[in-house]
Amino acid sequence: MAGTPNTPQPAMGGGGSGPNLLRTRSPRAIGEGAIRVSLFVAAAISVITTTLIVLSLLRETVAFFGDVGATEFLFGTKWTPQLAGDQQSFGMLPVLVGTLYITGIAMLVAVPLGLLAAIYLAEYAPERVRKIVKPILEVLAGVPTIVFGFFALTFITPELLRPLLGPEVQQSNQLAAGLLVGLLVLPTVASVAEDAMTAVPYSLREGAFGMGASRLIVSLRVVFPAALSGIIAALVLGASRAIGETLVILLAGGSGQLLPQVVTSPTDASGSMAAFIASTATGDAPTGSIEFETIFAVGFTLFVICLVLNLLSIRLVGKYRQVYE
Amino acid sequence: MPEKTDTAESQITKPMDEQSASSSAHHEVSPHLEPKPAEAAASTEAIFDCKGVDVLYSGKLAVADVDAPIMKNEITALIGPSGCGKSTFLRCLNRMNDLIPGAEVRGSIVYHGQDLYAKDVDPVQVRKHIGMVFQKPNPFPKSVYENIAFGPKVVGMKGDMDEIVESALRRASLWDDVKDRLKDNAFGMSGGQQQRLCIARALAVQPDVLLMDEPCSALDPISTNRIEDLMLELKEDFSIVIVTHNMQQAARVSDKTAFFTVDMTGGESNRVGRLVEHDITEKIFTQPSDKRTEEYVTGKFG
Repeated sequence: MAGTPNTPQPAMGGGGSGPNLLRTRSPRAIGEGAIRVSLFVAAAISVITTTLIVLSLLRETVAFFGDVGATEFLFGTKWTPQLAGDQQSFGMLPVLVGTLYITGIAMLVAVPLGLLAAIYLAEYAPERVRKIVKPILEVLAGVPTIVFGFFALTFITPELLRPLLGPEVQQSNQLAAGLLVGLLVLPTVASVAEDAMTAVPYSLREGAFGMGASRLIVSLRVVFPAALSGIIAALVLGASRAIGETLVILLAGGSGQLLPQVVTSPTDASGSMAAFIASTATGDAPTGSIEFETIFAVGFTLFVICLVLNLLSIRLVGKYRQVYE
Repeated sequence: MPEKTDTAESQITKPMDEQSASSSAHHEVSPHLEPKPAEAAASTEAIFDCKGVDVLYSGKLAVADVDAPIMKNEITALIGPSGCGKSTFLRCLNRMNDLIPGAEVRGSIVYHGQDLYAKDVDPVQVRKHIGMVFQKPNPFPKSVYENIAFGPKVVGMKGDMDEIVESALRRASLWDDVKDRLKDNAFGMSGGQQQRLCIARALAVQPDVLLMDEPCSALDPISTNRIEDLMLELKEDFSIVIVTHNMQQAARVSDKTAFFTVDMTGGESNRVGRLVEHDITEKIFTQPSDKRTEEYVTGKFG
C-alpha cells in the first residue's frame, strides 16, 4: 500500500473521492441473502408444522365431540372407549386422574431429591466433584425412557414393591410408574435448578457470608430465593416431562385402556393419557371410528394441559425473575 | 489534602500533640531506611495484630510476610497498585479467603488476643464480629427491610426487629432516604444508596470491625463523599479497614495507611504482594520512609 495512511484510497469501482459506500451485487451480498432466506424457511417450517398438528388434532377432536358430550368426556368416571355397544363409555376422568396420580408420585420423588442435588452441586460440591457429576446428570436426562420402563417391570415391581408391600401389587402399578418417572425427571430438575443457582452472582453469597451466615443459610435463604424463577422453570419442565411421559407408564403403570372407575390404590394399574394414546394408536382401532377419534380428543386435552402449565411457568418465571448486572 | 486527617474525629482517638510528635520524630529519619511500624500504635489498643502473614493460592505465594498492627477506632487504609495483595490481605482479616478453594493463610493474625486461624475458631463466628462491605454494592434481591433484617435474624439477635432495622439505617445515614419505602426492592435504589444499604446491613449485626473493599469504586463523587463522611462517623464505634485505589480517599479518611506493592523479583509469573510501609497517613503522604511509597503516592508509578 502506497501513500500516507491518512489519505483515503480510491475505492474499487467507486466514483468520487471518498470510499465507496454503495450496495453492490457482489457474491457476498447474494450469499447473505440466501442465508437469510434459508434461516427464515427453517424457522417457518417449525411454526407451520406445529400449527398443522394442532389443526389436525382439532379436526378429529371436533368430530369426536359431535358424538360424545364434553361434560361426559371431562367429568365421566367410566373410561371404556374400546368396548362395544352399551359397555362403551367416554368418561376421561380415570385416565386423567391416572396421569396426575403418577405425575404426583413422580414429583414427590423428583422435587426434593432434585433440589437437594442441585443445592449440593451448586453450593457444597468441590469443583472437581461438580465437573464429574453435572455431565453424568445431563447424560442421565437423556437415557431412552424405554430402558427405565423395562427396569420398572423387571426390577422395581417384582424385586422391590412386591417383597415390601405384598403379592397383591399388580404387574403394572401406579407406584412403580410414578417412582420411575420421578427418577426419569430427577436429572432434568437437578440440572436446570443447578444452572439457576449457579447463575446467582457470587457477590450475593459473599454479602451473606460476610455477615456471618453459614453455608446452609446462604444456600437456602439467599441463593435459593434469588434463583427462584429458574427453579420454578426446572419444576415445570420436570412436571411437563412427567405428564407427557409415555413408555415408562405404558410398561410399568398400565395402558389406560380399560378403566371402569378412578383408580385410587397406588399398587393398582391405571395408565395415563399419553399411554392410552400410544397403546390405542398401535392397536387396531379403524380410522374414522369413534375409538380412533378418542385418541385425538385425549391428545388435545393433553396438549391443553401442557400449554396451560407452560403459560403458568412463564408467568411465574417472569414474576420472580431477578435481573443482575 | 492530608491535613484533613486532623479533624475532630481523629483527635478523639489520637491526641493532637502525640500525632505531631510522632511525625516530627520521623522528620529527621532518612526516607530510605527500612519501614518502621507506626509509633502511635503504642498508645491505642491494637484490634488486629498480624505477624508474618502469607497468603497462598494453590500453593503459590500471593501475599508475603505482612506485619501490621491495626488499631481500634481508627480507619486503616490499604493502598497500592493492582495485584499488590491489599484485597487479599483484607480478606484474611475475616477469613473470607476460606471460601476460595485452594487458599491458605500462614502466619498469625491475632484479634482481641485470639488467633483467628486457630483450629477451633469458626470462621462463621469470626465474620459475625468482623463485617464486610464489598466493591460493588451487593444487596439481596429483597426489600430494604429484609436486607437489613437478614443478618440479625441469621445471628439470632434478640429485640424488636423494626428498631434494629431503623437504627442500622440511621447509622448508615440512610433512614431519611428510605423510611417510606422499606418494603420496596433494594434493586430500585441508586448505587450510592445500595452501598449505604450494604453498610447498614453489615452494621445491623453489631460488628466490631468493618472491612471495606474499595467501597466507593463503583460510585459517583457525591455518593463517595457521603460514604467517606459516614466512615468518619462510624469510627467512633467501629474499627475500619478500607482498601482503596483512590489515594486522595486514603488521605482524606484514614488515620493509618499501609502501602503494598508488587514484588516481581521472582519473575513476571511469580508476582508477590508485599507490605512496604505502614504508618500514620499524613506521614505516608508527606514523608514516606521508603522510596517506593514516595514514588507511588507522588504518582511516579502505579
